[in-house]
Amino acid sequence: MRVRIAGARVVDPASGIDEISDVYVAEGRVQAIGKAPDGFTAERELQATGRILIPGIVDLRARLREPGAEHKATIASETRAAVRGGITTLCCPPDTDPVIDTPAVAELIHQRAAESRLARVEVLGALTRDLDGQNLAEMGALKEAGCLGVSNALAPVTDTEVMLRAMEYAVTFGLTVFVHAEDARLAAGRLVHDGPVATRLGLPGIPEIAETIGVARDLLLVEQTGARVHFCHLSTGPAVDMVRDARSHGLPVSADVAIHQLLLTEADIDGFDADCHVRPPLRSVDDRARLRAGVRAGVIGSICSDHQPHEVDAKLNPFPQTEPGISSLDSLLSLVLGLVEDDELTLSQAVAALTSGPCAVLGIDRGSLAVGAAADLCVFDPHERWVLDDASMLSRGHNTPFKGHRLAGRVCLTMVDGRVVFEAPPA
Amino acid sequence: MQSPGDTLQIDAHGRLKHFLSIEGLNRELLVNILDTAESFAGVGERAVKKVPLLRGKTIVNLFFEPSTRTRTTFELAAKRLSADVLNISATTSSTTKGESLLDTLRTLEAMHCDMFIVRHAESGAAHFIARHAAPHISVINGGDGRHAHPTQAMLDMFTIRRQKGDFSSLKVAIVGDVAHSRVARSQIHALVTLGAAEVRIVAPRTLVPPGIQSMGVSVHHDLRSGLRDTDVVILLRLQNERMQGALLPSSHEYFQYYGVTEEKLATAASDAIVMHPGPLNRGVEIDSDVADGARSVILRQVSYGIAIRMAVMSMAIGSHAAADRGDD
Repeated sequence: MRVRIAGARVVDPASGIDEISDVYVAEGRVQAIGKAPDGFTAERELQATGRILIPGIVDLRARLREPGAEHKATIASETRAAVRGGITTLCCPPDTDPVIDTPAVAELIHQRAAESRLARVEVLGALTRDLDGQNLAEMGALKEAGCLGVSNALAPVTDTEVMLRAMEYAVTFGLTVFVHAEDARLAAGRLVHDGPVATRLGLPGIPEIAETIGVARDLLLVEQTGARVHFCHLSTGPAVDMVRDARSHGLPVSADVAIHQLLLTEADIDGFDADCHVRPPLRSVDDRARLRAGVRAGVIGSICSDHQPHEVDAKLNPFPQTEPGISSLDSLLSLVLGLVEDDELTLSQAVAALTSGPCAVLGIDRGSLAVGAAADLCVFDPHERWVLDDASMLSRGHNTPFKGHRLAGRVCLTMVDGRVVFEAPPA
Repeated sequence: MQSPGDTLQIDAHGRLKHFLSIEGLNRELLVNILDTAESFAGVGERAVKKVPLLRGKTIVNLFFEPSTRTRTTFELAAKRLSADVLNISATTSSTTKGESLLDTLRTLEAMHCDMFIVRHAESGAAHFIARHAAPHISVINGGDGRHAHPTQAMLDMFTIRRQKGDFSSLKVAIVGDVAHSRVARSQIHALVTLGAAEVRIVAPRTLVPPGIQSMGVSVHHDLRSGLRDTDVVILLRLQNERMQGALLPSSHEYFQYYGVTEEKLATAASDAIVMHPGPLNRGVEIDSDVADGARSVILRQVSYGIAIRMAVMSMAIGSHAAADRGDD
């Protein structure tokens, strides 16, 4: 279908575009921005005056719960929530059940996503077999099955020799290693930030050094092996500094932050709010400020949803016995736009961290509206306000501390490969 | 005024609805609890040790963690208020069969109980139960994880007030494993709220949780200087499992540096009292000479525990009764 989207403010940091322009889409690709290509006749005209058009959002980390935890969510349910929120590509960590340590599981997920025909779903393969932290997974086979990187998800690789060999082996196949940097012994049996709020509530705390020691070890291993390493969900200010320094020394490392880390702090767990139970934990106001600065400076190149949908019962327990994680596909874009409204990020920084940043980490040719690029895009109304609640959430998991919040910006249209996968009903 | 965050414990009229934590309760309410306990303190000495305040009420001791003295004193307190008492311990209950905490709660609610006394190994368990219990049920925290043990703290305050009168001139030292102690956290909140002149923590660095100063205490690592001029010395129980792992080298070394002996007490005020929530580890955190000595008020703490628990139970159920009558 040949489509003309007219009058939107087109923001595409990867191509340096920020202008009110028309976008022409045909054959699944962006044909032109500005002037219509010769002989272009639109089969469909979409008026988008007053709206913003960006490349489709690429979410570096979202649990879709399939296979293994379909009582929480499914690929069909979560990709529907994703496209409602302007997300066109989701990347799924390997801690499914069974773990993505064989091509069959990767293929199953790709196939389910293809059946849903909504968002694209990418997968990371396991770094070690069954995420056991001891035996290398068959990374070569996983790469051939389409895995865009390897990871041990939240499972620790305590043995430094295993991590060294895993990085070396990943280098062999040109695979990026996605790490959850944490000293497992300093985190074992603990669950919130080791600070005054944890002390007051009597909850065992994970100290900041659990993260910085993990980052330090893995940075030294990068220096040794030359492996390309991506640090997932940084939570501490000092870790941001360490990644910044490593990048300035030319090490091939990158980092992301979960959206909730840019908004919440340890204070939000007060009153034992299980919706704020996340891993790594919410930390201090200072950490949050340094994470935001890290995004502004480009040290943290990606903001992800870190989507973890749960059934109601998962949070209905005393705080330490609840499952960590926030359901955030529905709110990712609006929460990031809130940071733009608060002048924490520019629109261009925000869009880059949702599009071109994560694409660079995954090594995929998306996240831009360059002529000829796949027409994955999203149009939203930056002025529309909406309330995040049970009725407005499409994710199967409704576990979010932002419920009841009035959020900024609502998606009107999402396209994947030039195909409309979501369109808001006319007002 | 209570801070808005305390709507869980306090009803719209400032009455105690649940008793989950000292944190967030104001001085007036704490004094009210102490005064009410004072009126119950004589009941145990009478020939008929009962008052009919809670006749017809059913109180459930819901203990997910073993306890002898706390459960017993709650039971005695409830019986002296003429309530019916049901004891449920996790080892014999359906939770070991995989029933969720919430399902256990619903089952008990269906039996028309009026109050749950909850002890649980996880911090926040009492808050969780209070938040999800039916509106006619009061929840009293009998100790949750490392978080709070508010009735223990109040019986300690009751003991201190009886011995010392006013809080405003008191220097208090809390000695021992603060990091793992729900008792210490509740004591600190209570002492600070009641206006104690100074509250000190005395412990090796490994047993001091980060940011404890923000609760209004100073931290000492040396016992003698920590006890200097104190009027009240509160010892905490050091659990045996702390000797495994990296927190402490041995009970022998702990006693040498942090065990309270008559000789180390010499720097405290001459009329200082010594308290301990029990059970005692003689020769670890306390020397027998001190435990059984003239300054010790340890056994009095136990008997005052009944009066405090009677006070809290009658106040919490009373708030419901007042709400039912429409006393606004």
